[in-house]
Amino acid sequence: MAQIFPKNFNNLAKISIIVTALVVAIGGGVFNLIVIRSSYLTQAQVAIEQPIQFSHKHHVGGLGLDCRYCHTSVEDSAFAGIPPTRTCMNCHSQVWVTSPMLEPVRSSFETGKGLTWQRVHNLADFAYFNHSIHVNKGVGCSSCHGKVDQMPLMWKENTLQMEWCLQCHRNPEKVLRPKEEIFNMEWEPPADQEVKGRELAKQYNIPSKELLTSCSTCHR
Amino acid sequence: MEANSATAHQHQEPVLKDVIPVVNPGHNFETVSDKISSIVLRERTPITLIMALGIAFLVMNLLMAALTKLLYQGVGVWGLNTPVGWGLDITTFVWWIGIGHAGTLISAILLLMGQKWRTSINRFAEAMTLFAVACAAIFPLFHTGRPWFAAYWLLPIPNTMALWPQFRSPLMWDVFAISTYGSVSLLFWYVGLIPDLGTMRDRAKNQIVKMIYGMLSMGWRGEARHWARYETIYNLLAGLATPLVVSVHTIVSFDFAVSVIPGWHTTIFPPYFVAGAIFSGFAMVLTLLLPARYLFNLHDFVTMRHIENMAKVMLVTGLMVFYGYNMEAFFGWYCGNEYEFYMIYNRMTGPYWWVYWLLIFCNGVAPQVLWIKKVRQNVYILWGITIIVNIGMWFERFIIVVTSLHRDFMPSVWGMYAPTIWEWMLYAGTIGMFIFLMILFVRALPMIPMFEIKTLLPQSKVRHKE
Repeated sequence: MAQIFPKNFNNLAKISIIVTALVVAIGGGVFNLIVIRSSYLTQAQVAIEQPIQFSHKHHVGGLGLDCRYCHTSVEDSAFAGIPPTRTCMNCHSQVWVTSPMLEPVRSSFETGKGLTWQRVHNLADFAYFNHSIHVNKGVGCSSCHGKVDQMPLMWKENTLQMEWCLQCHRNPEKVLRPKEEIFNMEWEPPADQEVKGRELAKQYNIPSKELLTSCSTCHR
Repeated sequence: MEANSATAHQHQEPVLKDVIPVVNPGHNFETVSDKISSIVLRERTPITLIMALGIAFLVMNLLMAALTKLLYQGVGVWGLNTPVGWGLDITTFVWWIGIGHAGTLISAILLLMGQKWRTSINRFAEAMTLFAVACAAIFPLFHTGRPWFAAYWLLPIPNTMALWPQFRSPLMWDVFAISTYGSVSLLFWYVGLIPDLGTMRDRAKNQIVKMIYGMLSMGWRGEARHWARYETIYNLLAGLATPLVVSVHTIVSFDFAVSVIPGWHTTIFPPYFVAGAIFSGFAMVLTLLLPARYLFNLHDFVTMRHIENMAKVMLVTGLMVFYGYNMEAFFGWYCGNEYEFYMIYNRMTGPYWWVYWLLIFCNGVAPQVLWIKKVRQNVYILWGITIIVNIGMWFERFIIVVTSLHRDFMPSVWGMYAPTIWEWMLYAGTIGMFIFLMILFVRALPMIPMFEIKTLLPQSKVRHKE
């Protein structure tokens, strides 16, 4: 009986098995370890276009505005707060009053129709997050948001993935700061952070790691 | 194992007069291959089968519709709500997993015990196992509501949540039990097919068909080396599959038994689930095999011996299951716990009383007619019984899942559960898919292992003339 397959099919069969296994293993590994954390998927480190080219670098880094001047409710509410146009106009009714760049601000002020800022940090709805508890218990702005004073257009510094949240929730003492340093963009953990952090945790009454990492702490 | 049949049959086998043979007389190697392979390669597909395929395909589309609706709108389209969080989905999941058990039992345990009558039916039952597992897997996957995330929830894959699944949960064990079961069953079935795929390749006339069977048979040439390796791997897989017969449904029963719900939290669950699984599995094998035997005229290979033996397995496992029901009722009273007592009292007289009594009739009472030899040998009555058992086993899981949940500890959260049209469509759809796949199987692969049947023929019992 005539052969159905030529002889080299023996090797082809073996090679195809090995290649398939390699493709699955490497492809799966690359996807699962690299792609799902890439800024392509998470949008971390990607500057977001806004209706006005508002620069945190200029306002915070250059002029030295405090975070709370605009984000007024960060200390006592879940939401840090997006400033109304009137906050902008506190200064811009006096400075840069004819700048074409600020035309949308002025027209917003005249019409009473708010500016449509694009959200940069969008946490999933199933995760409960509260700014005030973090700010009042020693977690500084820059720990999560990065050096905002150096961002011309705002971007999300971190992925907001659960593993990122858990980094601190599992070891809060590594990032805790004294109360007066919370809004300091330049703060770096000191050399004795381990000791200081543990003291601060006691001082702030930070609950146990079991409670900090309990499912219902964030998924309510 | 069968390789040394030449030596194994040196001694004269006792001749029993009333024992019906496993292969009817008058066959030799040629006629066996001819008869079985020609169903696939030569004969025209019976019109009944084409019609059945069409109907099964239509029913299978209910599955597509039900899943589309589910994914589009969410699990709210099902009738589930507090306190009944598991309904038709888990009921049907357990039902399908149970059905698969006949395949593993026949292929592994009966092989290791040297039961020759398994030969004609093992491939059919194993195919059924695979398709039943495929149907079963749909339910736990889709009852999560977001099956595309289920990979992370079910399997320990490194992920961006910095979390592993809960290894202490029986739901997690279940994932491993079922995926092991599925993959071992698939391997076992495929390895058992290889020699026959070689035969199919050699008998095919069309070049493309030859190539397809050729690739699937992985270069099988029937050399002594091939046979030696085949026997080794087949027996090894049988050894691997044997614990699975007991472990899979034991772990499925842990999904319930490890919880604290009255009606679930019982030690009797593992053995009673396994017996029930084999019971329903054999019922389903008969439900499908009897029509196939008639349709393809397989009376020579699937004899009354097979049918009677399967009916006996059903009778025995049915009695075990019935014992389980009685013990549940007994312990409800004997344990003296008011919640346990109320659970069994509510099953018998509560809003789902009719389901409970139908279950007792289907699984406890109806199979008792199998004590009568005339009934075991009457294919029509037997087929009817298998249908009753299939329904009964589904009711059993419904009773376990739903009646245990719908009366919670606090009367304020008591509720009722009624499946919605989408749940029924999903259930019907998996039945359609199952039958559709079975029909494709009998049409594309030899449904009876030709080479194994040959070892049962007188022709294989040649001895050296000394």
